[in-house]
Amino acid sequence: MGTIFFLIVFPLVVAVALLVLKTDAIRDMLVRVAAIVIGAASIYLAVQYYGTGGEMFDFHSETLNYLFMVIEALLAVVVIVLGIKYKKYLALVLAAIQTPILIWFELTIGHHVNVVNNIYIDRLSIVMVLIIGIIGSLICVYALPYMKDFQHHHHGEKDRRPWFFFLLFLFLSAMFGIVVSNNLVWLHFFWEITTLCSFFLIGFTKTKEAIDNSFRALIFNLMGGFGFVLAILVLGTYYNTLELSTMILYGTMGYSVVLPAALLAFAGITKAAQMPFSSWLLGAMVAPTPTSALLHSSTMVKAGVFLIIKLSPVLGWNMAGIMTMMVGGITFLFASFAAISQSNAKRVLAYSTVANLGLIVACAGIGTYAAVWAAVMLVIFHAITKSLLFLCVGTAEHNIGSRDIEDMDGLFGRMPRLATFMIVGISGMFLAPLGMLVSKWAAMTAFIDSGNILLVAIICFGSAATAFYWTKWLGKMTAIMARRENIQDHVHKEEWVVLGTLTGMTIIAIMAFPIISSGILVPYLVNVFAGVDAASLLSGNMFIMTAMLALVILLPILFFGKTNKKIVPIYLSGANVGDDLRFTDSFQQPKEVSLKNWYMEDYFGEVKMSRYGNIASAVVIIAVMAMMLGGVL
Amino acid sequence: MTTMILWVIAYLIFAPLVGGILAGLDRIVSARMQGRVGPPILQPFYDVLKLMEKEALTVNKVQDFYVMCFLIFIIITGGFFFAGGDLLLVIFSLTLASVFLIVAAFSSNSPYAQIGAERELLQIMAYEPMVLMTAVGFYMFTGSFRVSDILTFGQMPLLYLIGIFFGYLFILTIKFRKSPFDLSMSHHAHQELVKGLTTEFSGKTLAMIEVAHWYENIFLLGFVFLFFVNGTPLGIALGVVVCLVAYFLEVLIDNSYARMKWQFTLKSSWVIAITAGFINLVVLRFMF
Repeated sequence: MGTIFFLIVFPLVVAVALLVLKTDAIRDMLVRVAAIVIGAASIYLAVQYYGTGGEMFDFHSETLNYLFMVIEALLAVVVIVLGIKYKKYLALVLAAIQTPILIWFELTIGHHVNVVNNIYIDRLSIVMVLIIGIIGSLICVYALPYMKDFQHHHHGEKDRRPWFFFLLFLFLSAMFGIVVSNNLVWLHFFWEITTLCSFFLIGFTKTKEAIDNSFRALIFNLMGGFGFVLAILVLGTYYNTLELSTMILYGTMGYSVVLPAALLAFAGITKAAQMPFSSWLLGAMVAPTPTSALLHSSTMVKAGVFLIIKLSPVLGWNMAGIMTMMVGGITFLFASFAAISQSNAKRVLAYSTVANLGLIVACAGIGTYAAVWAAVMLVIFHAITKSLLFLCVGTAEHNIGSRDIEDMDGLFGRMPRLATFMIVGISGMFLAPLGMLVSKWAAMTAFIDSGNILLVAIICFGSAATAFYWTKWLGKMTAIMARRENIQDHVHKEEWVVLGTLTGMTIIAIMAFPIISSGILVPYLVNVFAGVDAASLLSGNMFIMTAMLALVILLPILFFGKTNKKIVPIYLSGANVGDDLRFTDSFQQPKEVSLKNWYMEDYFGEVKMSRYGNIASAVVIIAVMAMMLGGVL
Repeated sequence: MTTMILWVIAYLIFAPLVGGILAGLDRIVSARMQGRVGPPILQPFYDVLKLMEKEALTVNKVQDFYVMCFLIFIIITGGFFFAGGDLLLVIFSLTLASVFLIVAAFSSNSPYAQIGAERELLQIMAYEPMVLMTAVGFYMFTGSFRVSDILTFGQMPLLYLIGIFFGYLFILTIKFRKSPFDLSMSHHAHQELVKGLTTEFSGKTLAMIEVAHWYENIFLLGFVFLFFVNGTPLGIALGVVVCLVAYFLEVLIDNSYARMKWQFTLKSSWVIAITAGFINLVVLRFMF
């Protein structure tokens, strides 16, 4: 249990130290050391508890409960003050309602509910701890040179990097808290900390846009937080428990826990940026790139899907499950479509995140062991690959001065190493035999077996759209353009280290797929679900996939770029000036060739897609909530 | 296991032969429809052999590599099919192969090739849902994605998958690169996008694409065949006949339609997937 506390407390201490010690040299050293320590501690924790498979701890501390309560009250005050300052009254109202309710509940009813186990660790928590501890701290290291450049671009402004790094490490601490808390009041406490952290990180630049977007994120997440508080209230009052494990036990024993499950799933849906709440994650892009990478890969949204995956045994064909799977499915479909119309690389990545989270949420909503297997696999691969892609785009942006895919023309010539990393990342997102595709495949099979044909159709169309927007990006980057200067020497060493590590992790994770499945996932599923058929999860296809993977890696090593053919100019209707970049126009003047991608705005325009998706999801959520309230009253 | 290996070897040897002869038949039948005599049936082979002897030219150092990967993965895809493998695996590795072809065209940075590549991508997006639904339909009917299990299931899937069958025939026109859906490239180099996707390929590289196409056509027809198997020789005979009829139908469509816009391609294939495909799946869901 010591390691667990260390993982929560140590980042907190580092965070405070970073806030106080403001010189660059100390920050550089502290962040690097802390990243190594956190990563190592995460791995140590995994080794320590891997064998036991799952353990509960009856750690009690009345002082800690009161401390959490005081901090929660202070946070509410902060939100209220900021709400008044920036005239965002909805945030103010939400904070002013839910925090007093929760504190009142804790002091009265909650005080009499006996909590046996506050903390736990199981194999799913181990997976999450590894994701947070390794990917999260890598992003922190990457942020060092990135924020130096950032400060350089914004010189003359106050250096607020201590605050930035404080938030990053606080975020990690809270995330560790989320994945090991069994006491829902504690879980909610850490949950709210991540909400506040993301609020401050999104609003970091303090421009009008940043502030508006940060409040949107805050308001949506406070709505989810409100759902969370109601779930705690219902559980404490009617079920006489505050423990996640007990609630799930009741559910699997046949008692109906649909109402609290639906409320918690709702909280997860807001945090995982599902429609109609997805706009907060899109808006989060105003923040510096490390923030996006952190929010999208290892923290925040992963907290949302983590909670829903935890709930999956009590979801399925009930009101809560139907709401979750349909919201996830709708989000997957419309976010995938919307990604087609985007040329801003970060927005493509953001829509892809929303879509993949949708798929994970839909899997968890289905609630069968096969679906959950797919969900956890998607979480793992998405975390690694998405952090890699975000950081690559960040580096590209700092060096070519644009995050637009149209400007990544021929990136392969200008920054070959970066382009290779990005190609690995992009391929990892949608191609066989790589991780995401295999997980998606498992998801598809699970959807068919669950009998939800609508979701099957959704995944068929969504996958087609996914292949479209990734491949056209891939094409842009692989285009070989004449006379491109190699500019990759300007990239900082830390950035290469982090990007290289993430690329390596992507490849290793793909190769270790069968081991991750049989070593971690199947044992976890056997504990949580009855009648797990491990053989059906690890079919012969897995080995075919591994063989294909070997081929995909081997072919470029052996043959890439080797030719002894004569190289000739490209065909420009016979008017190629000779350098492949210009042609002779009708005035006999040389004219630049310029090629643009397809975005199909009329069909897949972002506004239209978001509107449809938001309406459909909102209808599902409102209908389910209304039906449940009707049942209660 | 031995039969499986034999099937794969047979596929590796005979698929390009049969595919090439089908292409030759295609040209003769097309010619007769247009009131011409047409070339000899082995013309496609002569074409490929001639391409092999052309001067070795390329526009950059990498595109030949991508085309080679395209050919390799097309062959592997068919290998999975004829080894009795998983239909979804077949579909996903086909996508991988197609992505290699598209990247090859993109890599040239030539306008015509790149427009062809984008259109090819659009075509993939248009047919992919229906292809996936075809696999799902077989799974829901027979309980397995594996070709070997579908072959030995013992009941003819056609009647239960009739909507999916027609949906698949519809998108087969796109996959065979036939008019009205030959958006990304065409055998006739006199149109707005020159030779589209293949503009910058020549000699051996272009020959590889032709051969890949023959391999591809064979396992695409294999899908059609699967709708008719019921474990009896009659089912097999019927399957082969219908494959030939389907191929003839595609040639007929090719000759009787002008090329449509990409909007029509996308809309019509998705509408077909939603109506024929999805409704068929819903019906299956409540039958089994």
